[in-house]
Amino acid sequence: MNQIVKIILLDILKNKIVLIYTLILSALCWSSFALEDNSAKGLLTVLNIILFTVPLVSVLFATIYLYNSSEFIELLVSQPVKRQKIWLSLFLGLTLSMVLAFAVGAGIPLLIFAPDTIGLMMLLVGALITVIFISLAFLSSILTRDKAKGIGIAIMVWLFFALLFDGIVLFLLFQLADYPIEKFMVVMAALSPIDLARIQILMQLDVSAMMGYTGAIFKDFFGTSVGLIVSFLLLCLWSIIPFYISLRKFKQKDL
Amino acid sequence: MIQIKNITKKFGKLTVLDQVNLNFQAGQCIALIGPNGCGKTTLIKSVLGMVLPDSGSIEYHKKPIAREHQYRANIGYMPQIGRYPDHMTIGQIIEMIKKVRNQWTDLDQELIEAFGLEKMFDKPMRTLSGGTTQKVSAVLAFLFNPEILILDEPTAGLDPLASEILKEKIIKEKQRGKLILITSHLLNELDDLITEIIFMQDGSVQFHEKNNILKQRTGEEKISKAIAKILKDNQHESNR
Repeated sequence: MNQIVKIILLDILKNKIVLIYTLILSALCWSSFALEDNSAKGLLTVLNIILFTVPLVSVLFATIYLYNSSEFIELLVSQPVKRQKIWLSLFLGLTLSMVLAFAVGAGIPLLIFAPDTIGLMMLLVGALITVIFISLAFLSSILTRDKAKGIGIAIMVWLFFALLFDGIVLFLLFQLADYPIEKFMVVMAALSPIDLARIQILMQLDVSAMMGYTGAIFKDFFGTSVGLIVSFLLLCLWSIIPFYISLRKFKQKDL
Repeated sequence: MIQIKNITKKFGKLTVLDQVNLNFQAGQCIALIGPNGCGKTTLIKSVLGMVLPDSGSIEYHKKPIAREHQYRANIGYMPQIGRYPDHMTIGQIIEMIKKVRNQWTDLDQELIEAFGLEKMFDKPMRTLSGGTTQKVSAVLAFLFNPEILILDEPTAGLDPLASEILKEKIIKEKQRGKLILITSHLLNELDDLITEIIFMQDGSVQFHEKNNILKQRTGEEKISKAIAKILKDNQHESNR
């Protein structure tokens, strides 16, 4: 591992926020498993917690950390270090520490209460969601020099994907209920990483029946192994593309 | 050693550097002077690759520096306002840069001793005064024994004693054949240091001359007076 990643990783792990995040996540997961009598219900609760808190903490923490590292970045740019390496090291340091926090906080209860493919898949999806929102944080922090604006963009990104997007989808569902929009809904789902993750887990939990005809279409697509692979690839694209755009912008940035 | 060819840089509508051509050789000690906002710092940052010029090229040993990074191992840079991670201590910062540069030998610790920084090694950067931060910047610039030193307002904020230590160090490095580039407003301080003067205004180079030739031409003993005379003459000409 290169020196810069090590420095960043140590710096983040010393930060109390990551520790608190781990503790809160584990408290939420342990309690929701302990309160529900069967693990499937517990899993659904944990799923909602993961899809709500993990993106928020990832995107906010990463954005704030990046703005606070502006001095560090400036210092490194004047040293014989490739810009690409600086940006990649920051990304690696942040993702490694946040994924670690997630794995410790939510992974341990998940593997204890649901030691099967669903548990493992939740762990994987949660880790991917963490990476995706850190990647989006990189994009929002490179868009503006102003810290307040950057954090604002990050919050808007989270708000959009966690709340607004579902609202828009529901609105479309009701408005266009008379038309055959099921296939279109599958495409819509791919436009939000959170929905993609949610559908993927729901398909595994066999509660798709609750979603009516759309659920059946989803099951037709996401339930198959091809659908599973496609949606995982989509999640991977979501984690790479925003970061890649930010990397290209960072290389052109004047410091 | 460094050749700047026709570089132009715009920040929005403002042209900060306008077709700048310069040539620096080893053993020179160059003063970069000019009014505030004339593009001195932008020029320096372009050489360091921190600011990317819109057009033109900069060459180090006849090789363009665009998208390169290794050449910076030969440059020591002291920024005008050093900005460091708040929570790190002086010792940690120095250790970190050593790690990043991966250079553990051939270190020049003279300034650490001269400034007496050892006893402050465990002080966090946020508690330091502006002057002490400047000392840390100076130490980092000289530490790796680079062949080029770029000092942006090196003595601003330093007390007279520290500023004298730094000046002596600069003279010593100059005698060892290094290229030294200084920007400063304190012209009198530069008198016994520099060999050449570059005067910039509104993003372009007004003149680039050897110190002694400039003094001969204007018939003045001090740099500050020589510059003032040239500026006055220029004004006369434009008024006429």
